[in-house]
Amino acid sequence: MSTNTLQSSTSPARKNTLTSGQRPKWLVPVVMVGAVIVGAALSALLGFNIALWAIFAAVIFLIAAPIAVTVIEGGRKGSDAALTYVVYAAFILAVIPLISVIWTVLARGLPTMSVEFLTETMGGITGMVDQRAADSGEHPPGGALQAVLGTVIVTFWATLFSVPIGLLTAIYLVEYSNDNWLGKIITFLVDVMTGVPSIVAGLFASALFGLMLGPNTRMGIIGAIALTVLMIPTVVKATEEMLKIVPNELREASYALGVRKWRTILKVVIPTSISGIASGVTLAIARVIGETAPLLVTVGYFERVNLNAFNDWMATLPTFIYQQLMRPVAPTAPDPSTDRAWGAALILIVFVMLLNLIARLIARAFAPKTGR
Amino acid sequence: MSTNLSDTERGQDDKQQTSSLASAASAGGRAGDKIFSGLSLGAGIVIFVMLAAVAAFLTWQAAPVVGIPASSVTGGNGFFSYVYPLVLGTLMAAVIALLIATPIGILVALYISHYAPAKVAKPVGYVIDLLAAIPSVVYGAWGMTVLSPALAPFYNWLSETFGFIPLFAGPASATGRTMMTAGVVLAIMILPIITSLCREIFIQTPQLHEEASLALGATRLEMIRQAVLPFARTGIISAIMLALGRALGETMAVALVLSTGGLQWSLLTSGNNTIAAEIALNYPEAFGNRLAELIAAGLMLFIITLIVNLIARTIIARYQEFSGAN
Repeated sequence: MSTNTLQSSTSPARKNTLTSGQRPKWLVPVVMVGAVIVGAALSALLGFNIALWAIFAAVIFLIAAPIAVTVIEGGRKGSDAALTYVVYAAFILAVIPLISVIWTVLARGLPTMSVEFLTETMGGITGMVDQRAADSGEHPPGGALQAVLGTVIVTFWATLFSVPIGLLTAIYLVEYSNDNWLGKIITFLVDVMTGVPSIVAGLFASALFGLMLGPNTRMGIIGAIALTVLMIPTVVKATEEMLKIVPNELREASYALGVRKWRTILKVVIPTSISGIASGVTLAIARVIGETAPLLVTVGYFERVNLNAFNDWMATLPTFIYQQLMRPVAPTAPDPSTDRAWGAALILIVFVMLLNLIARLIARAFAPKTGR
Repeated sequence: MSTNLSDTERGQDDKQQTSSLASAASAGGRAGDKIFSGLSLGAGIVIFVMLAAVAAFLTWQAAPVVGIPASSVTGGNGFFSYVYPLVLGTLMAAVIALLIATPIGILVALYISHYAPAKVAKPVGYVIDLLAAIPSVVYGAWGMTVLSPALAPFYNWLSETFGFIPLFAGPASATGRTMMTAGVVLAIMILPIITSLCREIFIQTPQLHEEASLALGATRLEMIRQAVLPFARTGIISAIMLALGRALGETMAVALVLSTGGLQWSLLTSGNNTIAAEIALNYPEAFGNRLAELIAAGLMLFIITLIVNLIARTIIARYQEFSGAN
């Protein structure tokens, strides 16, 4: 084929001189189909399954296509094509787990979802009850109400602590520090705080209250403190970014009218950036609502509803999932527990996605115009 | 105090309505300024105190470990021999995760910044951010119930074919709940970090450099090697370091996926453990000396991640000074 086009390039058809030495358009699709067929044959040899087929086909294509391009267009174009296909392959590879996770949560969580699951607790659900449910194959008994309420309460307290501190810190950094040494140190510490492992934050809160109230104290508020440590840096970073893009002209106009700095900040700077701050805070909530490890060591797990964050153990959605998976109610019949775990995972994912969506909507609806 | 001030402010406003705006603002304002700047400074100091408290309380609660006789530490051979397998396990999981996530993360970032058409790039960015938004416990549950069984036959094949390499020594775990699976789950979790940070940097590549390279006849691969990668090298390194910090401290993925045990060189059998998972699995039932041990292990994790993050931040800070982007 390629020699054919080369020879005909002397003929009057000008198109051919421009396209000579280029790969024909059908080349890549043909290689792709070939890779799929050969992949199917190879995987059939080893015992057919779809994953194996996909892997073989992808590998064969990633090797064969650049070689084919190299033969026709030369090594430089060949390696360029190789990178292109590898980039696309990497993208597909990265999306597969996302789809798999979301599909699993939906497929296994939706059957568990019911009014009972959302309105009942695990109180009174013993191994016997679970065993019976597993034997008869009915809907898993019990529910996650206590965990949903616990998550809301703990997250509420964490937000209450971290938003004022984070907001004021960001205001200090942008409006007051003028890049002095203190501002630099605080920026640095916020960066360090971003990297604190969540379990260490939990240990800190637990150690702190352990000293005051005796070891192994578990309360919702301790978990909230742990989450606060994780949430503050996110709030500071988001707010800082937003305050920085408020145009200086607005501040100067306000000062020129004789308005004090604090009033300028409260009445001009913050209203201008409130949408970004709100969406940043929402994203920060979405980040900590799924934290498991710090709650495991600070809040514990409880089968019934406990609305008091200042007393006694509490259930939260992440620890509920962990508990159901690692310590099934009926060790010999773990299926109902696993089902409940996936149901709770679905609720948690819905929470997180809703928060993300809200954040985007806030940001889009009231985004400050940057003038560009 | 503040109610007092607002009262006087209001009083003055009532008396002289026209010309009072400036003076009223200054009467209430001067103190207001002080209060407000004091408050915001105070919030900044709270952060400082909080971090200091994290270090101080962990050290305080971990201190008893020094006094415990070696024989009563878990394992019976002193704290060091208790904790070093955990440190090695933590590093092992993080290294596996990095080896997988770094190339894929960089390639996906390249896809978003240089390959995908503009209309696709933005939604793809959202999708990758979604990966970051999924809670770690859900990844753990997925790794435990979906990924592990799916990988088990592959591990079996790997240990039969490459069993002579100590890392792949058999017999492979039948459940697939191994260090390798934990590493893969961690890789999926840190992928969005690497991708989003690299994407930011790739986008900042001076467009003139790219166009100059293309104008000289470079293919896209050559353009990326000549213009994008040299510009982004330090940024990529710091992105990897930040992802490493996250992988070291990640708890639930390992706690749920791995069936833990003593130190093992093989990645395909059950065994090994990480600091974070050890704490999560044992802390709820721990008391007395055990509590101090676990907190001491947590302190080590804190120090390790702190060092990794400090290195990353230093690189970023140096990079920002020389970056052509600002």
